Amino acid sequence: MTRRIRPDQRLYPFLALLAVIVLWQLIVTLADVPMYILPSPTDTVNALIDDFGAIAGHVGTTLYESALGFLLSIALAFVLGILMDSFEIVRKSLYPILIVSQTVPTIVITPILIIWFGFGMLPKVLVIVMVCFFPICISLVDGFEKVDRDYVNLFRAYKSSKLQTFLHLKLPYAMVNFFSGLKIAATYLIMAAIIAEWQGGTKGIGVYMVRAKNAYALDKVFASILVIVLVSVVLIAVINRIGNQATHWRSR
Amino acid sequence: MQKLQEKPVTVSREGDVLIELDRVGKRFGEAEVLRDVSLRVNRGEFVSILGPSGSGKSTLFNMITGLLPADQGEMKVSGEIGYMQQKDLLLPWKTVMDNITLPLRLKGTNKKLARERADALIDRVGLRGYEDQYPGQLSGGMKQRASFLRTFLASGEIMLLDEPFGALDSMTKSGMQTWLLEVQESFGATILFITHDIEEAILLSDRIYVLSSRPGVVKEELTVGFGLGDKRERLLDPQLLRMKEAIKRLL
Repeated sequence: MTRRIRPDQRLYPFLALLAVIVLWQLIVTLADVPMYILPSPTDTVNALIDDFGAIAGHVGTTLYESALGFLLSIALAFVLGILMDSFEIVRKSLYPILIVSQTVPTIVITPILIIWFGFGMLPKVLVIVMVCFFPICISLVDGFEKVDRDYVNLFRAYKSSKLQTFLHLKLPYAMVNFFSGLKIAATYLIMAAIIAEWQGGTKGIGVYMVRAKNAYALDKVFASILVIVLVSVVLIAVINRIGNQATHWRSR
Repeated sequence: MQKLQEKPVTVSREGDVLIELDRVGKRFGEAEVLRDVSLRVNRGEFVSILGPSGSGKSTLFNMITGLLPADQGEMKVSGEIGYMQQKDLLLPWKTVMDNITLPLRLKGTNKKLARERADALIDRVGLRGYEDQYPGQLSGGMKQRASFLRTFLASGEIMLLDEPFGALDSMTKSGMQTWLLEVQESFGATILFITHDIEEAILLSDRIYVLSSRPGVVKEELTVGFGLGDKRERLLDPQLLRMKEAIKRLL
């Protein structure tokens, strides 16, 4: 409601972006920068239109890998999160390892995964899970843990079973946290897929970008970036929407 | 126990004791929180525990509900206990109706039956028409009434109310006190009520246990012997002021 009263709030970033694009176009045109150094915004859009079929096909593959990896990450995060919440020993053993594991650079692991599992989809999905699983799982575990003691006591006074307490209290309580973890994961999602594809593969927008770069077709590289950004923004918006629906009681 | 024998309970309506504590003590490490606390609550009675903050009132409650074990003494509780706090503890993601029926659902009552039971009482707590709202949409007083009905449905036998109106503004609070008296009358509930508000205790109670602070010891057991017909009239009774002064001196 309050947003509709002041639509200008959303206008600011759009205007700022527009200004940058106009400036970029002007510089490229006026200084006559060659396309293999820096394509202009119009070059980028033209490349996108010209090669839309190919780009769409590659993006499709990337999205498929991403969806698979994302769902797998969520499932794994839930399994491990619930285990860590239910068994103190599991949490104590795994939580620190999980955090330290995030310091391992994904970009170095990827070629090894490719050596092990080939150029197909598996190593890509694995890289996505490595990147996305962590923020989801940690936010979920923190959410379970943050449940107010008074509520826990209340459920104990009602002689609620562990499963009931989980379903009626812990799970809904953790949803707020879960969705913020999911949003962080979503911002990394497409990037993780592309990092994996970049280092070896047969299809996917990352593969397409490597080929375009090697051919000095920077306009196509920029067109790919544009698509990736758009896809990511849509993805985050969708998650935001689902999250707001799932935690609608917060905004009231 | 001796104290109880000195002052025989006069308000006991049916005579059966639902809660009986005999020289109960509790300490957390070095700190002694409660010492030799003896009290009892009879069926249908409204009993208050009045004490300053830090007198271990809430610890006492947690022991009666079984959330905490007692270190010393004996404790007998016959009947199921419903527990209500200053925080309404409604689940914000459930509607008022789902919140109220939660304890019944946890016990395995089917949804339809649970709703019917809540529906029969929802008028009395003034929440008709708000069944499908979320707690975030309710006022503080309404939330406490929803919480009260939930507690009552969880167990109408014994209700433990731990400063239920502590977080409300004074106007809402006095409205809620009147409401509580009406509801107790019509529900016939047994209530053990914690408060640090002297006037509130005198207004609502049949009997009052005055607790001292740290360690909590029962200083005095008082029977409120005036305004028995309609407790609401106690507010206008000069005896209320006299009793208030007497209690103030105790604390």
